Amino acid sequence: MKIVKQHMESIEGIATYPMISLLIFFVFFTLLFWWVFTTSKERIKEMEEMPLDDQHQKPFDQ
Amino acid sequence: MEIQQFHYDNKIVQKFLYATLLWGVVGMLVGLLLAFMFIFPNLTDGISWLSFGRLRPLHTNAVIFAFVGNAMFAGVYYSTQRLLKARMFSDWMSNFNFWGWQAIIVAAAITLPLGYTSSKEYAELEWPIDLAIAAVWVVFGWNFIGTMLKRRQRHLYVAIWFYLATIVTVAVLHIFNSLALPVSAMKSYSVYAGVQDALVQWWYGHNAVAFFLTTPFLGLMYYFVPKAANRPIYSYRLSIVHFWSLIFIYIWAGPHHLLYSSLPDWAQNLGVAFSVMLIAPSWGGMINGLLTLRGAWDKVRTSPVLKFMVVAITGYGMATFEGPMLSLKNINAIAHFSDWIIAHVHVGALAWNGFLIFGMIYWLIPRMFKTRLHSTPMANFHFWIGTLGIILYALPMYVAGFTQALMWKEFNPDGTLVYGNFLETVNEIMPMYWMRAIGGTMYLVGTLVMLYNIIATVRSGSKLEDELAEAPALARIGGRRKAGEKYHTWLERRPIQLTLLATVAILIGGIIQIIPTLLVKSNIPTITSVTPYTPLELEGRDLYIREGCVGCHSQMVRPFRSEVERYGEYAKAGEFVYDHPFLWGSKRTGPDLLRVGGKYSDNWHLNHFYDPQSTSSGSIMPSYKWLIRNKHDRSAAVDKMRVMVTLGVPYTEEDIAGAEASMDAQAAQIEKNLYADPEFVRSYEEEKTYAQQNGEEFIEMKDREIVAMIAYLQRLGTDIKIEQNTEVASENR
Repeated sequence: MKIVKQHMESIEGIATYPMISLLIFFVFFTLLFWWVFTTSKERIKEMEEMPLDDQHQKPFDQ
Repeated sequence: MEIQQFHYDNKIVQKFLYATLLWGVVGMLVGLLLAFMFIFPNLTDGISWLSFGRLRPLHTNAVIFAFVGNAMFAGVYYSTQRLLKARMFSDWMSNFNFWGWQAIIVAAAITLPLGYTSSKEYAELEWPIDLAIAAVWVVFGWNFIGTMLKRRQRHLYVAIWFYLATIVTVAVLHIFNSLALPVSAMKSYSVYAGVQDALVQWWYGHNAVAFFLTTPFLGLMYYFVPKAANRPIYSYRLSIVHFWSLIFIYIWAGPHHLLYSSLPDWAQNLGVAFSVMLIAPSWGGMINGLLTLRGAWDKVRTSPVLKFMVVAITGYGMATFEGPMLSLKNINAIAHFSDWIIAHVHVGALAWNGFLIFGMIYWLIPRMFKTRLHSTPMANFHFWIGTLGIILYALPMYVAGFTQALMWKEFNPDGTLVYGNFLETVNEIMPMYWMRAIGGTMYLVGTLVMLYNIIATVRSGSKLEDELAEAPALARIGGRRKAGEKYHTWLERRPIQLTLLATVAILIGGIIQIIPTLLVKSNIPTITSVTPYTPLELEGRDLYIREGCVGCHSQMVRPFRSEVERYGEYAKAGEFVYDHPFLWGSKRTGPDLLRVGGKYSDNWHLNHFYDPQSTSSGSIMPSYKWLIRNKHDRSAAVDKMRVMVTLGVPYTEEDIAGAEASMDAQAAQIEKNLYADPEFVRSYEEEKTYAQQNGEEFIEMKDREIVAMIAYLQRLGTDIKIEQNTEVASENR
């Protein structure tokens, strides 16, 4: 991993980057997974059935 | 609650579907012609508007924006209305979207072969057409958001999110990448130069793949696969994770197109890291699509629609596995500039986009025309010949890419290149080009069979009508969160807030990469010996752009021993500061030209353009006879220089005032150099005498296009050329 280290060391103020990126990612994915796991089963069912809901479409001759 | 009746607009879907079929055939035909030009380079000999360099952007644009673009609109217009239980916001806007888009495609089909190009990949169209694209896109977005606002379905299905992200991001990408200063009605220069232009271009280029070829099609997948399989998506939760992580990560990955180039290392590394991460959301999406067929795999045996969709999603999985792998620097070192990349993009285009489109068409057309598909065996035939076509296209290109890249890098024990002549490496892969052309033909045959099948189906069906539907009106519940309503449940019914959040997600990556590169001076160390092009060289550069030379020749020597040995000193960021636009290229069908200046004589270049095979036996470059015949229109040189000054190129008033004289002097010198070759003297003088005897106008050599082209080529890379290459010209490196 020398090649990675060498490139990384050439960047000024590199130490702050991992902190910032960790923070951005942590916040982003925490929110995302919170969103996903707190959604109720009924809501998921309702959402995923949406494309299959043909009840509202009427045949032409009616 | 009041039940409202309304009609779904099927006619607009039908229009986009017909356009998809038409442009699909056109785009593939042009592609096939190009594939055969590898084998018969002078297939369209002497016809400038059918030359390889000009047709290549026509092929890519036709396939991406005309074939895939129209299919995207068709799918979006069909599914959005049904998912939102509302007719599109405005019929007028829908039609403006349709006719505007077709007008843009026609404009592209005319201007690209005529050589009007910005040369930036997938963004080649000149500025007036760019403005039209922006206008049509805004109307599309407006129409879409208007439909969301009058919807009768409270919550927004995940497909709608994907469409929203597409609309927002494509607008941002298109506007920022196309920023250019016009010289005239059909000529402009990118406001960015060199490294910065490259970064912005590939931020755009990569995300054109992401947000034009991927996100809208994932939306279509999330709608049409459940429809065709008649069961809900495998995991709706996974689709939420898929959406947010994909759009958040995708936007950062652009720099993987510029590995080992002069782009600052930090940006390259950032691109690599995010590209590797991308495999997670991509495969999440692929798995979600494939597992939707759980318990329905028996249907895949009988339904051509599902067959196409399964191969499409598999193709998506393959391409998105390969993408992160190609972004690793050690793999990219081999794959970049080679046919491997051509294989990669065609797995994406032919399998993922093409097959999803075919599946969608086979599902939609019988439904919309209230009939059955004319012939299922024919659709099955299309499936098999198409699948085999993809395999026969992709596999030989992988082999070609590997073979050629390894040959480029092979050394003798004494430190010289084993294949010092570039053409040896081209010659080696000719059988692969043959197989590719056969694979492409098979794919096109399948498409033509589908075309017939669809026409027969439409004829047997009833007249297309707008579909009646009814749904209760949406009760107003206000923008605020209701008691007990969770934040994300609220967000899922708030289109504007959702759009803003998606915009933030995609802007983070773009801003972090692009702004520092534009602003931080240390990213591009200046080189004092690098000076602006002379007026004649600038004019020559525009010819290089017009002819699409960048489609086959890179100007980017990577810092590898094999490349420095073959081409000369590796490229430095500071060398490109006056390059509006950059011309690094992305494919080496021919050798790199960064250091070609001074390598060959002016006569060699003239002969080479006239008949490439005469100077370079076995070359697959077409001849450019018109460059040698045409009088060169240099009337815009002063305007061009003034635009360059505005963009920061340090031409003085003196330079601009003396442009005419400078061009004349430099051209006359090149004409004089050409007289070194007795063969040239003989044919040139003969031509002159003939013209005089027959009273025809004679164009002096110094006034012809070729002279400016030679001036540009002889200048290339000489600013910091370290060792003068004294080797004989016939080596053809």
